[in-house]
Amino acid sequence: MTVAIEKPEKTEAAEPAAPAKGARKVSRPVMIGAIFVVWLVLFAVLRGKQTLSLAVADLTDLHRWINDFNDSIGANRNSNPLFLYFFNEIRLVIDNLVTFVQHLISQPSGSRPVPEIGWLGVVGLAGYVSWAAGNWRVALLAVAGFTFFGLQGLWQESMDTLALILCAVFVALLFAIPLGVWAGLSDRFNRIMTPFLDFMQTMPTFVYLAPLTLFFLIGGASATIATVIYAAPPTIRITAHAIRNVSKTTVEAADSLGATRRQSLLKVLLPMSKRTVVMGVNQTIMAALAMVTIAALINAPGLGVNVLQALQSLDVGTAFNAGLAIVVMAIVLDRVTTAASAREENARRSKNRFVKWRRPLLGLGAVVTVVLIYLSHTYLWAADFPGDGTVGSHIASATDTATNWAQDHLSGLTNAFRDAITNGLLNPFQTLLTDSPWWLVGAVLIALAVVLGGWKAGITAAVCVGLLVATGVWSDAMTTLASTIVATVLVMILGIVFGVWMGRSMMVDRMIRPTLDAAQVMPPFVYLVPFLALFGATRFTAIVAAIVYGAPVAMKIIADGIRAVPETTVEAATSAGCNTWQIITKVQLPMSRSALTLATNQGLIYVLSMVVVGGLVGAGALGYDVVAGFSQGELYGKGLAAGLAIVLLGVMFDRITQAAARRAGA
Amino acid sequence: MTTQTEVPQRRGTPQDSGSTPVISVRRLWKVFGPKADQVPGSEELCGLTRRELMDRTGCTAAVRDVNFDVSPGEVFVVMGLSGSGKSTLVRCLTRLIEPTAGEVVFEGQDIREADDKRLRDLRRRKFSMVFQHFGLLPHRRVVDNVAFGLEIRGMGRAERTRRAQEVVELVGLAGYENSYPDQLSGGMQQRVGLARALAGDPDVLFFDEPFSALDPLIRRDMQNEVIRLHHEVGKTMVFITHDLSEALKLGDRILIMRDGKMVQCGTGDELVGAPADDYVREFVKDVPRGDVLTLRWIMRAPEDGDELDGPELGPDVVVKEATRAVLAADKPVKVVENGKLLGIVGDEEILAVVAGQEGGA
Repeated sequence: MTVAIEKPEKTEAAEPAAPAKGARKVSRPVMIGAIFVVWLVLFAVLRGKQTLSLAVADLTDLHRWINDFNDSIGANRNSNPLFLYFFNEIRLVIDNLVTFVQHLISQPSGSRPVPEIGWLGVVGLAGYVSWAAGNWRVALLAVAGFTFFGLQGLWQESMDTLALILCAVFVALLFAIPLGVWAGLSDRFNRIMTPFLDFMQTMPTFVYLAPLTLFFLIGGASATIATVIYAAPPTIRITAHAIRNVSKTTVEAADSLGATRRQSLLKVLLPMSKRTVVMGVNQTIMAALAMVTIAALINAPGLGVNVLQALQSLDVGTAFNAGLAIVVMAIVLDRVTTAASAREENARRSKNRFVKWRRPLLGLGAVVTVVLIYLSHTYLWAADFPGDGTVGSHIASATDTATNWAQDHLSGLTNAFRDAITNGLLNPFQTLLTDSPWWLVGAVLIALAVVLGGWKAGITAAVCVGLLVATGVWSDAMTTLASTIVATVLVMILGIVFGVWMGRSMMVDRMIRPTLDAAQVMPPFVYLVPFLALFGATRFTAIVAAIVYGAPVAMKIIADGIRAVPETTVEAATSAGCNTWQIITKVQLPMSRSALTLATNQGLIYVLSMVVVGGLVGAGALGYDVVAGFSQGELYGKGLAAGLAIVLLGVMFDRITQAAARRAGA
Repeated sequence: MTTQTEVPQRRGTPQDSGSTPVISVRRLWKVFGPKADQVPGSEELCGLTRRELMDRTGCTAAVRDVNFDVSPGEVFVVMGLSGSGKSTLVRCLTRLIEPTAGEVVFEGQDIREADDKRLRDLRRRKFSMVFQHFGLLPHRRVVDNVAFGLEIRGMGRAERTRRAQEVVELVGLAGYENSYPDQLSGGMQQRVGLARALAGDPDVLFFDEPFSALDPLIRRDMQNEVIRLHHEVGKTMVFITHDLSEALKLGDRILIMRDGKMVQCGTGDELVGAPADDYVREFVKDVPRGDVLTLRWIMRAPEDGDELDGPELGPDVVVKEATRAVLAADKPVKVVENGKLLGIVGDEEILAVVAGQEGGA
């Protein structure tokens, strides 16, 4: 969900007029304050009127129309040529691919009660591939991690997840790398692609699922397709970036030697951007893992199902066990691909005598792996993971014990905290948003957009508000908006405190940053589990999970912004006699204003995607509408509309904050 | 000290051979910007200064109406400050940048007429280029970098590796074949660049400020290396630099450019001895004149009372070399070419140059 902020260069030309204007006009904070005062006054007068609230089971015409549309698609799925020759074909191909990989490693294949390759073969293969592509350390990690899945009693679920990831990443790379190369070579194509990529990555994972089910039904195939759409952009973007960044001189040197376009692509551009592209592949794999687990909502098999069911039945122990498996898989995949991108560089540095042994060792490893695969294909002991997952049940029961203890002993504390935030901040704000007339909130949003981001952002906000009203889930959208904003405010407070701390001290940065990096690797889903244990199934759980999910990115951006403030400026301030607090508030924070705005942008988008996932654990509102839409046919239309509302909120936030960031940058 | 003794000798080559030039550049223009191709044709626009042209049309004329010939075996230096269009000019010669107007004649054919295939062929076999920032491939070993051009031609692995190995030894990189570029110092990386250019055995070598990124000591080594290689392989070279001492040291002839135009083209002693305008004069002001000027530039016509039985020297002997002989002789030295007396040089003339006084010519 990273969003590339456009470079703030363009605004510079328009800016010279600003100082004169600024002198005449009231300052921005005053205008924002005025907007809020007007809002509060009107709210007091008009409270509860025209709020567009809609009961859980109520539908609007739009929702019913989508339902009908869905039904008619269902009825004509096998007769409409568009489906017959296009969507169904795609679905068939993807489905075959998924089924093939599943039969290979996870699901019983044909007449066999076990997959073609059993656990021993898969573990061996994982270790071998990790070693060949990375190094022996990550190979050990991979072997340990995969064995751990078996010990947890989640072998088959893990393999289902892995199968979906493999298929999705394969298909994604099939498109993403050529598109990335094209975008790297052609400026025009890059300009066309960028807005699409921005859009694809801004959307919360969740949102992809609903519309896809319309065309591809539920199940593994649509899960894979959704994952492809979500996971491809990082590779496209990074490949294009890598191609663009190949030294111009080197390309020119190849030209001067008479290289054809093809030769300079194959021998210069691609090899020189390989390392960076592998980093893109890493991001694609991590995005795929996040999406595949969430795709449990549309019946994708795998670990996500375990987490989802456990979350819905509030079974923290089971959810934790499955969540742990996802975390382990995330760590293994991340480490292995990171090591793969660094391998060539390291191999080059090491002495040559080592390289001489590498080839025979690789061959030997291949033989061993083939033997392991053969064993696991032939013997049941090597095919079916032995034991009954006792480690998993231990983990689950230990978690339950811990949860019970926490609920018994900490409930006073956690409940007090929860109630303080809920009653002190969340409820009043939510009331303000949901009980105001819709046109008032809409006007406030548009006005804020204009003040913060300029007229263009205002127009975007106006369009989004209009469409939000049209979706019929205005009231739910406002509830989600309230949670999102509260969470974002908290994210920014955390972000500024830790970001400034990290930015000012290299040591703190070194200590905290690895944790933040690890936190960002996890699929959003997993965050819910521990907070579910602490705070029960409430809106607040979702908010805390969102804060934990969104804060790392904000912290990192702010820390980088603080560090980018020139040393000499700080030195000048110190020599002028500033104390630490003055340096932070008068020099470092104002000078990293564009980083702050960017952090707000990213924080908002991360939080939004999490608050929506929170619909699973009682956060209600849009997230709940979407989830309910998946499970109940008559709510399908409403769920889709809610998904659309999430998109609109995302676009609105993104545009306003990006426009504000551009202003701050100028 | 080897360089100075070589100077007169090298200087002789292009004039003596008198053969057809390797490259002739005629009325070459390169204009960047919208409707660039209209600028060279328009008399009015041609007359504008660079700044006026920018304001009028939004175009930048990087190379404006440049003409010169490069003789076989010559080191032809193009010199100018940054922004003078020299790097653009050299790229126009191999069409790495497409010229806007004019001719670049090579082997009797205008390179601008060549189709893609012919152009590629020229680049593969006839030309090669050494770049300021090396442009090496970081993922290939030194020997594979050197063999890159041969690989592009489609030469087999064994053959190209053998040839690359020879060139690696020629440029003094033996023992580093299997290193990667980022393990080498800047000077050694540029040797790789040089080897890559030499590997294809081209007719003409282009150097685009090849030593500007190197520190002064390494730069001097590399300049001597180029001189040595020029002796050993005798290639025609077109050398771009912003450094006058480098130009004087390497160049048989030097073209000085300013704002895309040629200011003066001639041998080093011509530039120092007879600057075309104040710009060149300012440029060559700090050059140690004794190192560059030859006796031809400082001799005077014999007058009555001069004793004409002193030792004889050729007109192309550099002042610095002649100093000892002139000062040692108790009579003025006669400057003689082909048995004909051109003039005489006495202690006074020599001291005027060596002591750094102005107005030698």
